[in-house]
Amino acid sequence: MVEDEGEGARAVPLSGHVGFDSMPDQLVNKSVNHGFCFNILCVGETGLGKSTLMDTLFNTKFEGEPTQHNQPGVTLKSNTYELQESNVRLKLTMVNTVGFGDQINKEDSYKSIVEFIDAQFEAYLQEELKIKRTLHSYHDTRIHACLYFIAPTGHSLKSLDLVTMKKLDSKVNIIPIIAKSDAISKSELAKFKIKITSELVSNGVQIYQFPTDDESVAEINSTMNSHLPFAVVGSTEEVKIGNKMVKARQYPWGTVQVENENHCDFVKLREMLIRVNMEDLREQTHTRHYELYRRCKLEEMGFKDTDPDSKPFSLQETYEAKRNEFMGELQKKEEEMRQMFVQRVKEKEAELKEAEKELHEKFDRLKKLHQDEKKKLEEKKKALDDEVNTFKQKKTAAELLLNQAQQAGGSTTLKRDKERKKDQSVEGKRGHRLD
Amino acid sequence: MSVPSCQLFDQTKEECGVMQSPLVDFSYVGIDAILEQMRRKAMKQGFELNIMVVGQSGLGKSTLMNTLFKSKVSRKSVLATSQEKIPKTIEIKSISHDIEEKGVRMKLTVIDTPGFGDQINNENCWQPIMKFINDQYEAYLQEEININRKKRIPDSRVHCCIYFIPPTGHCLRPLDVEFMKRLSKVVNIVPVIAKADTLTLEERDFFKKKIREELRSNGIDVYPQKEFDEDAEDRMINEKIREMIPFAVVGSDQEYQVNGRRLLGRKTKWGTIEVENIAHCEFAYLRDLLIRTHMQNIKDITSSIHYEMYRVRRLNESNTAVTQANGIPEHHLSAHEM
Repeated sequence: MVEDEGEGARAVPLSGHVGFDSMPDQLVNKSVNHGFCFNILCVGETGLGKSTLMDTLFNTKFEGEPTQHNQPGVTLKSNTYELQESNVRLKLTMVNTVGFGDQINKEDSYKSIVEFIDAQFEAYLQEELKIKRTLHSYHDTRIHACLYFIAPTGHSLKSLDLVTMKKLDSKVNIIPIIAKSDAISKSELAKFKIKITSELVSNGVQIYQFPTDDESVAEINSTMNSHLPFAVVGSTEEVKIGNKMVKARQYPWGTVQVENENHCDFVKLREMLIRVNMEDLREQTHTRHYELYRRCKLEEMGFKDTDPDSKPFSLQETYEAKRNEFMGELQKKEEEMRQMFVQRVKEKEAELKEAEKELHEKFDRLKKLHQDEKKKLEEKKKALDDEVNTFKQKKTAAELLLNQAQQAGGSTTLKRDKERKKDQSVEGKRGHRLD
Repeated sequence: MSVPSCQLFDQTKEECGVMQSPLVDFSYVGIDAILEQMRRKAMKQGFELNIMVVGQSGLGKSTLMNTLFKSKVSRKSVLATSQEKIPKTIEIKSISHDIEEKGVRMKLTVIDTPGFGDQINNENCWQPIMKFINDQYEAYLQEEININRKKRIPDSRVHCCIYFIPPTGHCLRPLDVEFMKRLSKVVNIVPVIAKADTLTLEERDFFKKKIREELRSNGIDVYPQKEFDEDAEDRMINEKIREMIPFAVVGSDQEYQVNGRRLLGRKTKWGTIEVENIAHCEFAYLRDLLIRTHMQNIKDITSSIHYEMYRVRRLNESNTAVTQANGIPEHHLSAHEM
């Protein structure tokens, strides 16, 4: 018998130091031992300074050469780095869109980005649904923050930007930034920011808002929210200003200092992205974006929380039903394939039989042709033989007549006799030969 | 690749705390600010802890709970029962309290099991307790597999079960062995020797050694379990603890004047036993283990090991039952983990 007395806990005062105020420390220590994961996706056209900005943000030189502009489609390249600062180990993954905005037809540019983000969610979901799972040691690859680089045109957002951001806003935390903002003057920048914000609002694009529910950071977060989108400049080169070396970009007309708040919003971006809200970005990804994906995916697969009779489905039963369905489908497909195979074999067999028949016919035809030819030849030969015989007879008859004529003449010379004899012998020979 | 923190600017770091003056910090990125962010979030969310106490009646369970948390958290303090009646069957009663210390809020749930081991025939008395523990795992699992999940699933899983061994001084009773054998597989068990003020130090040491031997020979893994030590440092700390369990404790919620200080203790004709004095009893070690150092670890083992084992078992058992019914041969299922 289980009784739960005291519905809703009662507040009880402590009469001494218990010691559970060390819990946050215990939790933090565990996380430190475990290490942290943070994944940033940089979306923007080629040449907007994405890699440089990442280098500047994290104070290191990440490898990679600038990409070419002739990519046939948008691909995503991801690199993972291990950073360490004091006792914190961070596994930072940076994903870059290669070839974004370079194609002539950009209708499908956003698709590969959405697919990539979904693939990370899917991987996590698969791990979560496994029977034997290792969630606590799973390398989380879900994108925690998406930095969208806006080209510094000074006018408004490009339609590609609007379309892409609209497709991404329900899947990832979007932080729009104006890249290479040293190309815009201060007054233009203010107008540009207002235009961008109003376009985002009128198109219903939900960008990431820095959280204002925790008093310790509410104030700074709400101030920063009003500075969005951040106008940034990135640089890994250092220039001597006064007696310090600072990160800057040097022009003939002056030097843009990256970390000078009057020059650009880089410092604000770093504050917000890393120093104040990194944990919140991770939490939002997990509790909002991932949950949404999971819900849609599971509903798509046919799972429900309750059936029409309002009795809760157990997941296993649904799994079983799904599995049986799947098995049944597999078997059906197998049958179909087998049928098709049999069919094809039959057809092929028939074809081959046809071919065989044809060949036989051809053979017969040729044979007949050959026999006809042979017969003709034999006939011809016979005719020739007859001719030769007739000729022989005629010749014999003629010679006989000649002989008789000579005998009647009496003065047949010996020569003629000899000739006659010769002819006779020749004829004899010929006669033998012909016989 | 490591990001060196420029030492020249360390003092500025301390002055400004989290936020840095932009022109001064040089190579400091600020990644370690995440620790502060995490701490803030944890403080805001608060913590949950569910402790179960198991043991025969009269072993001082309620008093010990009150002593541990320095407040009236036990069932007896909450319910005004004039006489203590031993129930005919084992009941499971859980009471929750909100306690706060230095800004850290905790929801503490104490689960009491009156009637355990009190009957003449105690066969299967662990069953209602195991059922309760598994029910909590089940409730969590059901929440977890919902399509529309709560942002934070309420955690009612039993993190720790304190088992009270009566101070006989000889060895474990069959009931103790049976109970701990079964329950150590589903929950973290912390065995304690109750009312240890009836044992002299030698008797206590002998008893403890005997208990440890019996636990070992019966293959009972109590907290901290050897197999879950994460690294050498962990192992070292936990070995020290393993050499001390079971803790011999004395509980009291009454204060007495000792040497000019007011201390929690038990006053007898032959002296006052100070609860928090480690020369007298090991209550302080128990409190440190449970609350000050290992609380997070206890919760982690519950969620990532005991709960996961339950989940694997649960998700597998219906599979085999259904497949046998459907006549689908086992090898068809091996390809799919779901």
